[in-house]
Amino acid sequence: MAKVLVVTSGKGGVGKTTSTAALGAALAQSGQNVVVVDFDVGLRNLDLVMGAERRVVFDLINVVQGDARLSQALIRDKRCETLSILPASQTRDKDALTSEGVARVMDELREKFDWVICDSPAGIERGAQLAMYHADMAVIVTNPEVSSVRDSDRIIGLLDSKTQKAEQGEKVEKHLLLTRYDPARAARKEMLSVEDVLEILSIPLLGIVPESEDVLKSSNVGAPVTLTAPTSLPARAYFEAARRLSGEKLEVSVPVEKRGFFDWLFKRDA
Amino acid sequence: MSFLSNIFARRQQSSSVAKDRLQILLAHERGAGEAGESDLIRQLHKEIMEVIARHVAVDQDKVQIKVDRGSGCSMLEIDVEVPQELSGKRGS
Repeated sequence: MAKVLVVTSGKGGVGKTTSTAALGAALAQSGQNVVVVDFDVGLRNLDLVMGAERRVVFDLINVVQGDARLSQALIRDKRCETLSILPASQTRDKDALTSEGVARVMDELREKFDWVICDSPAGIERGAQLAMYHADMAVIVTNPEVSSVRDSDRIIGLLDSKTQKAEQGEKVEKHLLLTRYDPARAARKEMLSVEDVLEILSIPLLGIVPESEDVLKSSNVGAPVTLTAPTSLPARAYFEAARRLSGEKLEVSVPVEKRGFFDWLFKRDA
Repeated sequence: MSFLSNIFARRQQSSSVAKDRLQILLAHERGAGEAGESDLIRQLHKEIMEVIARHVAVDQDKVQIKVDRGSGCSMLEIDVEVPQELSGKRGS
């Protein structure tokens, strides 16, 4: 039974696309069939972050409008054969996405894959609502920062009212992914802590992804961090998050580098 | 009390300032999304103000009412700031 997961946040620039790619690659490496779908029509970037930008021939809108078959638009990742990407269109405007067309494509994707991961555009408009409409589960990507937390709260409200599940009186399973977290700054009370954000948003925590150079390095070379730097702290956080999405019960910890004196210092804080 | 300790104290609090601001703001915004709830809050605010005003002169802004959304239950929080001189008098 395929799961449809939307990666959303309201606010832009918090790490939706990065997290979509990293979680998608992590789930695919566990042997499950995964497709990542870019819903950001006109501002597609998932292809670029995954290094597939030169392999795009057809896109989501072509498939929605019946100009191409799904199999023609899907791009299989070269490093991980269970991972595919369905790119968004860069040129057409988002009105070209019809609800019926998206519903048909989602049904088809559900048949082919174990996981359908939808990368939502920023904002709360039509594009974001289409991306979340078919979701069984949602990952709400949040930075420990006031505007991001406020927008996440808004998105949680939409997930509870504007999705197919909500219309049927069911609930979309919601998970918080805290990204760009700096444990040292949080300990100095310069940054909202994990506990603060959880208390405000009151949804379960999927993972804590620390601020890290490895994330930018990975997008520079066009690969999910879970493929290029699988032992790095952010990749480890994404791998654990992926296992939690698959139903494993793992305790969430603040990821810190294990080395000597600093290790000892951080352990006392955590 | 020194200049340095002032800066230090202020710095330490910036994350709790953020948290407090968010909680107040979101209490309002969540209410706005659900008409029923915001009506309830407005009514509560009005009536609580009336009761307090019978006994103490309190500023409108010093009464904060908010609803916290929890997974199992929601919590109604009423925060009334009473003028200092008055609370001192009553206590003695």
